[in-house]
Amino acid sequence: MIGLTIVVFVLLAVSLLADTQKTIKGVTRGLKMFLKLLPALVTMLALVSIMFFIVPNDTLASLIGKGSGIKGYFIAAVIGSVSLIPGFIAFPLCKILINNGVEYSTVAIFITTLTMVGILTLPVEAKFFGWKVSILRNVLSFVAAIAIGIIMIFLL
Amino acid sequence: MKNTIKYTLPFLFLLFIWFSYLFENSIGEQIALNFWMFFKEMILFLPLMFILIGLFDVWVPREKIEKHIGEDSGWKGTLLVILLASLQAGPLYGAFPFAYLLWIKGCNIRNIFIYLGAYSTIKIPMITFEIGFLGLKFSLLRTLITLPIFIIIGFAMEKYLKGKKFEVKQP
Repeated sequence: MIGLTIVVFVLLAVSLLADTQKTIKGVTRGLKMFLKLLPALVTMLALVSIMFFIVPNDTLASLIGKGSGIKGYFIAAVIGSVSLIPGFIAFPLCKILINNGVEYSTVAIFITTLTMVGILTLPVEAKFFGWKVSILRNVLSFVAAIAIGIIMIFLL
Repeated sequence: MKNTIKYTLPFLFLLFIWFSYLFENSIGEQIALNFWMFFKEMILFLPLMFILIGLFDVWVPREKIEKHIGEDSGWKGTLLVILLASLQAGPLYGAFPFAYLLWIKGCNIRNIFIYLGAYSTIKIPMITFEIGFLGLKFSLLRTLITLPIFIIIGFAMEKYLKGKKFEVKQP
């Protein structure tokens, strides 16, 4: 996040020095796009925060812990798909899961679906790619996540 | 009509949070805290991302993009989008507008989806964080296994969508 901030401000400064008019045009265009998308994003985050409240962390650990087998993988993939947890919370959470006896391969599935599959972001994604393509991309990513987990079992 | 729906849901949600605090409803307050956590992340990073998109839009001409990551770009183009994605930060929904921009500048279908895959799983800022919590071995392995898989997804999407009237739309 700090890296991105620095990069953007350096680029902004360079751009301003090179061509002020062009820079203003670009920044306005970008922020206009942002404002247009904002209501959809707020709706999505509202749904996410309700979901997050309904499914607490320790329930998670018991569902996908040691001995949960293939079913555990599947549940991890489903939970990862419907959650939208920021990275700075997801990784500490994964560490807690591992300390509670969840296997690394399960965590890999969880992280992959968490980042690549977004059921709650689907309405936002569909605005850009259309429903059919968005669903297809999510299904492929879901299958890929499970494959990644299975490969991880053999390598770890 | 469409606009009314668009603004009603966020409005109702904020009203719900407001009432929760007014009547000290702990469920509502907990949900509000969750919401604030997500909202903070979004409002800190997304405007930056969109400024980047705006600048990219005015400075990088279509011919450049088309030549490097367009129709006939090959493996070098794939490498370029992966590099571009790995230097960015934030959740997946931040990548959609950038994908739109790449698309109107002439990026091909395969590279659009490879970009989304790379953006979601191998961002360098995220990997440093992952290594800190889950270790170098796990993070490296996960990245190396994921890389070829989303390249395959990119090829699959291209094969499926080629010839169909696919386009990335502006919302």
